Amino acid sequence: MKLTGYYFTHLKEIVTEEYPENRSTLKMMDRFRGEVLIQHDEKNEHRCTGCQACEIACPNGTIKIITKQEIQADGKKKKRLEAFVYHLDMCTLCNLCIVSCPSDAIVMGQNFEHSVYDKKQLKKILNNPGSKLMEGVEE
Amino acid sequence: MKILLSYSFSSLASKISTWLSNVISNEMLLIITKMLILGISLLAFLVVLCFFLGYMERKVAAFMEIRIGPNRVGPKGSLQIVADTVKLLFKEGLTPDASDKFLFNLAPFIVVITSMLVVAPIAYAKDFQLWDISIGVLYVSSISSMGVIGILMAGWSSSNKYSLIGAMRSGAQIVSYELSIGLSLISIVILSGSMSLSEIVQSQANGWWIFKGHIPVIISFVIFIVASTAEINRAPFDLTEAEQELTGGFHTEYSGMKFAMFLLSEYINLFVVSAIAATIFLGGWMPFHIGSLNGFNHLMDYIPSSIWFFAKTFLIIFIIMWFRWTFPRLRIDQLLNLEWKYLLPISMVNILLVTIMTIMGWHF
Amino acid sequence: MLLEQNHITKEGEFVINMGPQHPATHGVLHLKVWLDGETIKKVEPHLGYIHRSIEKMCERLSYRQFIFTTSRMDYLSAHINNQACALVVEKALQLEVPPRAKAIRIIMAELTRLASHQLWWACMGLDLGAVTPFFYAFREREAINEIWEETCGARLTQNYIVPGGVMMDTHPNFRKRVKDVMKQIKDKAHEYEELLTGNVIFQERLKGVGYLSREDAISYGCTGPTARASGINSDIRKLFPYDGYEQIKFDEVLNSGGDCWARYLVRIEEMKQSVSIIEQLIDIIPEGDFQVKTKNVIKLPKGDFYQRVETARGELGVYIVSDGAASPYRCKFRSPNLSNLSAIPKIAEGAKIGDLVAIMATVDLVIPDIDR
Repeated sequence: MKLTGYYFTHLKEIVTEEYPENRSTLKMMDRFRGEVLIQHDEKNEHRCTGCQACEIACPNGTIKIITKQEIQADGKKKKRLEAFVYHLDMCTLCNLCIVSCPSDAIVMGQNFEHSVYDKKQLKKILNNPGSKLMEGVEE
Repeated sequence: MKILLSYSFSSLASKISTWLSNVISNEMLLIITKMLILGISLLAFLVVLCFFLGYMERKVAAFMEIRIGPNRVGPKGSLQIVADTVKLLFKEGLTPDASDKFLFNLAPFIVVITSMLVVAPIAYAKDFQLWDISIGVLYVSSISSMGVIGILMAGWSSSNKYSLIGAMRSGAQIVSYELSIGLSLISIVILSGSMSLSEIVQSQANGWWIFKGHIPVIISFVIFIVASTAEINRAPFDLTEAEQELTGGFHTEYSGMKFAMFLLSEYINLFVVSAIAATIFLGGWMPFHIGSLNGFNHLMDYIPSSIWFFAKTFLIIFIIMWFRWTFPRLRIDQLLNLEWKYLLPISMVNILLVTIMTIMGWHF
Repeated sequence: MLLEQNHITKEGEFVINMGPQHPATHGVLHLKVWLDGETIKKVEPHLGYIHRSIEKMCERLSYRQFIFTTSRMDYLSAHINNQACALVVEKALQLEVPPRAKAIRIIMAELTRLASHQLWWACMGLDLGAVTPFFYAFREREAINEIWEETCGARLTQNYIVPGGVMMDTHPNFRKRVKDVMKQIKDKAHEYEELLTGNVIFQERLKGVGYLSREDAISYGCTGPTARASGINSDIRKLFPYDGYEQIKFDEVLNSGGDCWARYLVRIEEMKQSVSIIEQLIDIIPEGDFQVKTKNVIKLPKGDFYQRVETARGELGVYIVSDGAASPYRCKFRSPNLSNLSAIPKIAEGAKIGDLVAIMATVDLVIPDIDR
């Protein structure tokens, strides 16, 4: 009884996180795994070559990579990423895709507020529209 | 300032009474009106009290558990219980198919009514008492044990095995702890020589029994607190609803307002036992006096009697809540062992001591 | 046979179903209890409510992938489950794990044990009707979770240990944070003593309840704290050291009591041992690689491989039959909880309903590990 009495009188020891109120100051750990993202730079370029290593590494079939053939300036045909389809509803955030990516194109985002009303909204296309491969990633 | 201090419930009551008798000439009608006003105000008081106790319990629990507790509805969550009640009101009052429907629906009312009946003889303030019955203590202890009928009824009629076990435990528990409560009350009845609650309060004008009665009264006070915690089925004696064992005990099958009735009666019971303990051992509405320190005593007199009463009551309520949020639950055989092997013999010896003390006039 | 038992045979005897939805079974365990008044005559566990066929799933996942499913078996010792799977792959490939990875693995495993025992302590109080200890234990567990969140990226199913080492290097704050948490746990240890261990009601509830004799514990295959409370040397960390446990000084906690109280004391003492293991290691984590390079597609040689580890609840065995392909031909987990559960009908006989709850709490079952 002494202990509970102690805590009753020492209100500053309260450890509750007031979550929705502290949203503005809430800082997640930088390694926290919330969702898979493709990094884009300011020129709207990403590093994904469409090699499908992540698709193979994923245990749940979360990632689907759709590629297209693109004719380069020198006339060669090359495989390019068209859409990086990511099913957040199937993802277990195991980090295997990030580890397997040879060009460090995908990272884990810290956003964890994923609740939506429709499951379809959890199917995401991660590359921005009109984005293209960064120069020099493939070599 | 002086008017404010001299203001009390008794003057308010007498004012209303005189005003009513001026307005209504028919004597029968007058009595009925008075009773209606009393009943409604008592009900309103009890409901508000239960809201407050519910809020207090949750906050006390939260602070002891290094949490914040309810903080959404109203300032600091103070309207949380109101919101909960509204939720329970809108819920469907389900009656299971296999249950004994009449008894099932009757049980919560019996539980609530018995606990409300006990409120009647409590003296809230100086000269402010609903019913100054001459056998107050006897009345309280007999009516409060009636609640077990409702609980047994609820457990039996639910036709749920968990409810049945809970009800059976409740029967064994309440019946046995009733003895200790009765015996510890008797020790004060012996000392004060009266069963009327108002006279018991009056007998403490020169000092509360817990100070006047030396160690035997302190022992019976402790026994009373422990036994009454068991009587009102609160942890660590909440075997009848033991969530981890019986998923809810006798009220497993209840929902909606019928479930709220059980909660209501639990909090009324909590208030009643604390009020009785405050009245009998801590002098009810009597202010705190120390021997011949006249200045100090006058200062204490300035605090209204109702505040004295409620402060003492809430102190005891807080202690009972403190129990609940600290101790683990007993097992059923340990519970009965505690009563029959420890509390009962101790209180019997204690009564002997009190009687000797009274005869020899050793108390103050 | 079963049908016959379902009937109530004697007057005054009845059957209640504890679970699958019951506050004290911590999940979807279903115990069928034959009662005579308050006294338990027979207990019969019914399994399978949370069967996800993890063993079958593992047969179509690669050796990198199948580790993450094992976090979902005993979710409270996720790290140790992952470690067991990583170890069996390493054993088959005859990989030498760098010392840094070994040290990190041990620290993580002991943190898991601590967190798991803290959760057990919390639920123990809850099961016996004391709500408050729950929050005090969760305060410390939260601190441990934060270590994981910082270094591994997740709080419960970390998937941090991979074949050949660990997935990422530790976070720069790791050492400081672990030290802070260890200090906090040591500072708050007296609260645990005060709230439950020293409480008379609590002791009365546990002493002499649910006696499991040494012989029974062996014949039911109990492991972990449950067996050690019956006086059996069953600590895999001592008997078959792995990942460098042989170099660490720690005591195997033994108690010959066999009752709930002994099981309680064993776990409390194990928490202290875990703290001391972490404190030994945290300052001498060797520098170097945290992972050895493995091929992109891991293929195990033909044959069968077995590795056992000590989780927070007992011995976890991983058995893999490989036909040389990229995924296991057959995968079998020997879970500690299933064997420990099998002892419950024996030790609960003749106890009260309240005792059954105490027994379940001290055996500390994690239901998803029973069904897998």
